[in-house]
Amino acid sequence: MKTFIPSKFIVERDPARCIQCQVCVNQCSFAVNSYDAADNEVMADENNCVGCHRCVVFCPTNALNIRKNTLDYRENYNWRPEAIEDILKQAETGGMLLTGMGNDKGYKVYWDHILLNASQVTNPSIDPLREPMELVTYLGRKPDRVEIDPVTHTLKNAMPPQVKLNVPVMFSAMSYGAVSLNVQHSLARAATEAGTFWNTGEGGLHASLYPYGDHTIVQVASGRFGVHSKYLNAGQVVEIKIGQGAKPGIGGHLPGEKVTAEVSRTRMIPIGSDALSPAPQHDIYSIEDLAQLVYALKEATGYRKLISVKIAAVHNVAAIASGMVRAGADIIAIDGLRGSTGAAPKVIRDNVGIPIEMALAAVDARLRQENIRNQASLVIAGGIRNSGDIAKAIALGADAVYIGTAALIALGCTACQQCHTGKCAWGICTSDLALTKRINPEIGSRRLVNLLRGWAIELKDILGGMGINALESLRGNRLHLRGIGLSDNELKILGIRPVGD
Amino acid sequence: MQDLRKIQNPYNSDKVIDACSIFGMMDTSGQRFSGAAIIKAIGNMRVRGNGLGGGFAVYGLYPDYAEYYAMHVMYLSREGKTETEAFLKEKFHLVDADEIKTRPLAAIKDPPLVWRYFLKVNRYQAGIQADDDFVVDRVMDINIKIRDSFVFSSGKDMGVFKGVGYPEEIGQYFRLEEYEGYLWTSHGRYPTNSRGWWGGAHPFNILDWTVVHNGEISSYGINRRYLEQYGYICTMETDTEVIAYAIDLLVRKHGLPVDTISQVFAAPFWDDIDRKPPVEQELLRALRQTYGSLLLNGPFTLIIAHAGEMIGLTDRIRLRPLTAATKGKVLFLSSEEAAIRTISPQLESVWIPVGGEPIAGSLKIPLNPPSPVSVVAAYKMDR
Ligand code: SF4
Ligand code: SF4
Repeated sequence: MKTFIPSKFIVERDPARCIQCQVCVNQCSFAVNSYDAADNEVMADENNCVGCHRCVVFCPTNALNIRKNTLDYRENYNWRPEAIEDILKQAETGGMLLTGMGNDKGYKVYWDHILLNASQVTNPSIDPLREPMELVTYLGRKPDRVEIDPVTHTLKNAMPPQVKLNVPVMFSAMSYGAVSLNVQHSLARAATEAGTFWNTGEGGLHASLYPYGDHTIVQVASGRFGVHSKYLNAGQVVEIKIGQGAKPGIGGHLPGEKVTAEVSRTRMIPIGSDALSPAPQHDIYSIEDLAQLVYALKEATGYRKLISVKIAAVHNVAAIASGMVRAGADIIAIDGLRGSTGAAPKVIRDNVGIPIEMALAAVDARLRQENIRNQASLVIAGGIRNSGDIAKAIALGADAVYIGTAALIALGCTACQQCHTGKCAWGICTSDLALTKRINPEIGSRRLVNLLRGWAIELKDILGGMGINALESLRGNRLHLRGIGLSDNELKILGIRPVGD
Repeated sequence: MQDLRKIQNPYNSDKVIDACSIFGMMDTSGQRFSGAAIIKAIGNMRVRGNGLGGGFAVYGLYPDYAEYYAMHVMYLSREGKTETEAFLKEKFHLVDADEIKTRPLAAIKDPPLVWRYFLKVNRYQAGIQADDDFVVDRVMDINIKIRDSFVFSSGKDMGVFKGVGYPEEIGQYFRLEEYEGYLWTSHGRYPTNSRGWWGGAHPFNILDWTVVHNGEISSYGINRRYLEQYGYICTMETDTEVIAYAIDLLVRKHGLPVDTISQVFAAPFWDDIDRKPPVEQELLRALRQTYGSLLLNGPFTLIIAHAGEMIGLTDRIRLRPLTAATKGKVLFLSSEEAAIRTISPQLESVWIPVGGEPIAGSLKIPLNPPSPVSVVAAYKMDR
């Protein structure tokens, strides 16, 4: 069937610069560029271009430019190009639309409407170059109070297990199969070096990654792929995945083509078989079922590991989170509207869930109202872009944040939203061996460690400016935030005052 | 019903910011002395205040009534007094009551009425509540529910005198040179955005705990949110109130030894904890992990006192001044050394404590005055 969808991008190749080296032909995994030997000319089939810039970055003579194809339709606010083209796609395929990455719609990004405070006159700012500045964060259940033996003056009750983060940033769940083994190696090495954690996602743990266990969170999701007792005890945290911000209420589907021999061994499913994660966990139909799974996992890990429960931010997230804490979760992980995915139905990604800022504010406030905030750590995910976002998240009440997209961008991702195609030209979200070798774990981990280091330095500057020298004094300290361009109701939910007040 | 927030914080700021002078002196042998010395000492630091608040706490004040709760109550109207006294008579056995003597001074404008009551808890009213818990709740009742009334202090064998003015004026106004105690603390206030009212001056008190404080705590937002979870209502919106409640939570409600206060308020750095012996590491880490929300961050110097003990503490990197000194069995703590020397020119030792290190004087472990030889040695070492 002839497609009626025009190409999204124009590939401009400067003939004066092009030396016909064909690097772009090899680099483009979407088969846009091709070489005509007869004419000694490199050409482009622009229909396939996704705007990932792989060819641009690697062209040795800077001959390439990718421009948006600004094809004008007759102006119609309701029938904008995206609406028209989505219909065309479905008319041509008869399927549901799939996409990758997080919500790309123009919903309000609340981080951009929150401003941070700094000290002036009445208290001094602290210079992080000259004074100690502490970012260390311990995740895990904290007791209601410390008990000290009056005679020996020692701790009477041992603390429940805690995990230590040197920076309050962890790598989000990205499963083997969705991302390549080289990506997971990059994440695992970086987490180990930076003193934080990476998360296996729901695809099991490849044998070569066990040595990074001290910095690993292993995930248990509805498909239970690769879950066995050695796996559960391999990391420091076991995360029960209930939902994902990009597709709340929806399961997962790893197509059989991606289930290579290695993926098959790790996931414990036959080669080439589709890996289907059911929408719910079929042993959790209510909160008491969650409590049972939490304690089943605690039993299986000898009460030495933390149990995290991850949900998508949905409308009544505060009440759900409170139930999760009471079910015994040591960490509550919440993934917001802009959280990413390797593949999700577009209609779900674009329309379901709530922004993480609001979910975080509501959950932190609710857990405090119920005086159970100490019983679980709060980790948030979904669109964190920089250290400013992190500082705001901590001040709203988060213990730490997860980054997924930001970590992939550090590895080269340009958020072209083609993760579901398996053709990722940057070699990240694919199992095609010709592409996965584009990520070198040595270099990948260095890029990730650099990012975390840069953010840590910035966070210390932010803290010092506020006159604070330990992250725990910013955590939940909403007096250091002010809202700009927000309604009274939004301010109320965020628990912050407007600028100037 | 009175909204203390509106009185204390008329511009509805995040919190009331103030700076100040603080001074404490304690005879660790328990010998009582008059308030004349501390009035002179705090007066020496007049420039650190702006006349919008001054006050004193005295321990060993009422030895004849030591077993009764001594309540100092401020009234802004006769109606407030009538209502409060009816309330007190209902909830307590009234042992004695009198108006606190004052000396009219030109500098002290529109002083409120201040009365003193000696009380015994009415067990029938208290039910299963312990005496201390009952007293704390009733003080909250008076402060919040009864108009024009505010409790300055409610501990045993101690009392707080405070008001709007320079501290030396407040001291003269309340004729403190006529009282005796073994431990005195004092405070001169410099609020930046409050018009100053008598209840807002320091020391801040719960039961027999008092706090005088110089600083602005950048962690106030989370300290307060944490305490709110435990039912503390911060009506004054000052750092000092938060500190007093935090002490009450740690010591009275959680039963922790007094020296853990400094390990929570000025917790050692994580790196320093890692260098301690394993058992100590475990304790310090547990305290910091559990009470991280009570870490006081930003500049502060505190003098905390309760029956038989006085503790001075600065923030972890000492962003506000504190000088400690000893002479015989007397321990001095002051914002400035000059204030100490004003009343005791010859000192046996004078030093500036390390940030976050508590300096404590206690009746249980009286200071051991060094022999004359080592006095000279210590003096040389410090200079
Ligand atoms: S590499 Fe990416 S940007 Fe370049 S032509 Fe191919 S799809 Fe387009
Ligand atoms: S990579 Fe650049 S120079 Fe090489 S063929 Fe492509 S456009 Fe031409």
